[in-house]
Amino acid sequence: MKDLLRKIRKTGRVAEDPPERPAESAPDALRELGGSVQLRHVDAGSCNGCEVEIASVFGPVYDAERYGARLVASPRHADALVVTGPVTRNMEMALRRTYEAVPAPKGVIALGDCARNCGVFAGAYGVVGAVRDVVPVDVEVPGCPPEPEAIVAALRGLTGR
Amino acid sequence: MSGSTTLAGTVGAAAQVVLVAAGSPLLVGVMRQVRARLEGRAGAGVLQPWRDLRKLLRKEAITPHGTGPVFRAAPLVLAATALVAAGVVPIATTESPLDGAADLFAVTALLALGTVALALAALDTATAFGGMGASREMTVLALVEPTILMSVFALSVPVGSTNLGAIVNSTLHEPQRVVSPVSLLAAVALAVVVIAETGRIPVDNPATHLELTMIHEAMVLEYAGPDLALVEWASAMRLTVLLGLVANLFAPWGIAGADSGWVALAALPLALAAFAAKVTLLGGALAAGEVFMAKLRMFRVPELLAGSFVLALLAVAASFFLA
Repeated sequence: MKDLLRKIRKTGRVAEDPPERPAESAPDALRELGGSVQLRHVDAGSCNGCEVEIASVFGPVYDAERYGARLVASPRHADALVVTGPVTRNMEMALRRTYEAVPAPKGVIALGDCARNCGVFAGAYGVVGAVRDVVPVDVEVPGCPPEPEAIVAALRGLTGR
Repeated sequence: MSGSTTLAGTVGAAAQVVLVAAGSPLLVGVMRQVRARLEGRAGAGVLQPWRDLRKLLRKEAITPHGTGPVFRAAPLVLAATALVAAGVVPIATTESPLDGAADLFAVTALLALGTVALALAALDTATAFGGMGASREMTVLALVEPTILMSVFALSVPVGSTNLGAIVNSTLHEPQRVVSPVSLLAAVALAVVVIAETGRIPVDNPATHLELTMIHEAMVLEYAGPDLALVEWASAMRLTVLLGLVANLFAPWGIAGADSGWVALAALPLALAAFAAKVTLLGGALAAGEVFMAKLRMFRVPELLAGSFVLALLAVAASFFLA
């Protein structure tokens, strides 16, 4: 415990200073969330590259929680879904049901090139299509995988902070 | 009892309900902020729980398929019991007009009623995680309730009354009682069960995303919108009331006592400020302690709670033998 305390004191604040607030703003339906956006992450068939970036977005360095975004355990608690990967046949119904379980007003973030247009998996036999072919998409974050800065900017667009 | 004493008691009871209702989300915000800073993060700010509640109230309410009145009523029961507990527990005044209900058994039963209502609602959803969370919460509750009763009972023996207001008043008049073995043993036992009852580390992790490790969170997975807001608000109030109970049983200074007339009324703002400071300090210490700890395995939790029960039992024994 003493070692940990010394380490906490020595390390201090890891979070980087917040960059300028991005100009892009939230879709109208999500504007009334008022600085608090709970996210449910759905892996629709991702290679886990995007998941690593999401983990670092909510880690100490980028600390997306300071803008009012938080990952939650249930779609019922969520305001928006973060969908990664091309939608595979096995995840199509799961994604649709998860979307239906979210209380309105709700949004969907398609995270990464696979979620936007199937990326390198386009035309593969197990892939149904991009996320927008299954559920309506409000925000898209390009990149393979997208940089944490880009994800943070998209989330700040939703929370407005 | 003069007329103005009752007035001061009534105003005090109303003020403490308002303080707990408005301040408990802020306490949760402070605790999250302390954790964030110790982890090197910037944190979302103290007001974030209130922002979350405001947003949840604006969202659509969902009744999951197959759920009945139990599911609908549970958040209301939970919030109502927490509000009543905030009114009767000696937080700012020991002269609450609900003093007759400020019995240690009544308060424990009130808080248990809220927990049981939520557990029944979790069973009502008929989901796997709901049932699992309910069974775990009942396991913890069954081990927590006797310890709360025993430890406050140990404090009530020297006073000769189980009335919480009377216990707090007598500690005010005899401050040396706080450092007696009875009081110290009871304080440790009560602190452990408060951590368990409010679902904090090492018993439960309020920030977990992993359903398999959840206790409290697993029961509320199906709540959405305004219902979820009620459940989260009530949980914050229970945390505040229990921390306040610990603070005022073992450090009651600042609380408005049985002064007569306008003195009691004038002492109220000071009492509210003292209570806010005490609970913020306790909550901050709890959050800071959580950074150094991992969650216990579910099967180890009964050992921890049994240990705290033994301490409470020793406190009761000591209160008889050392009296």
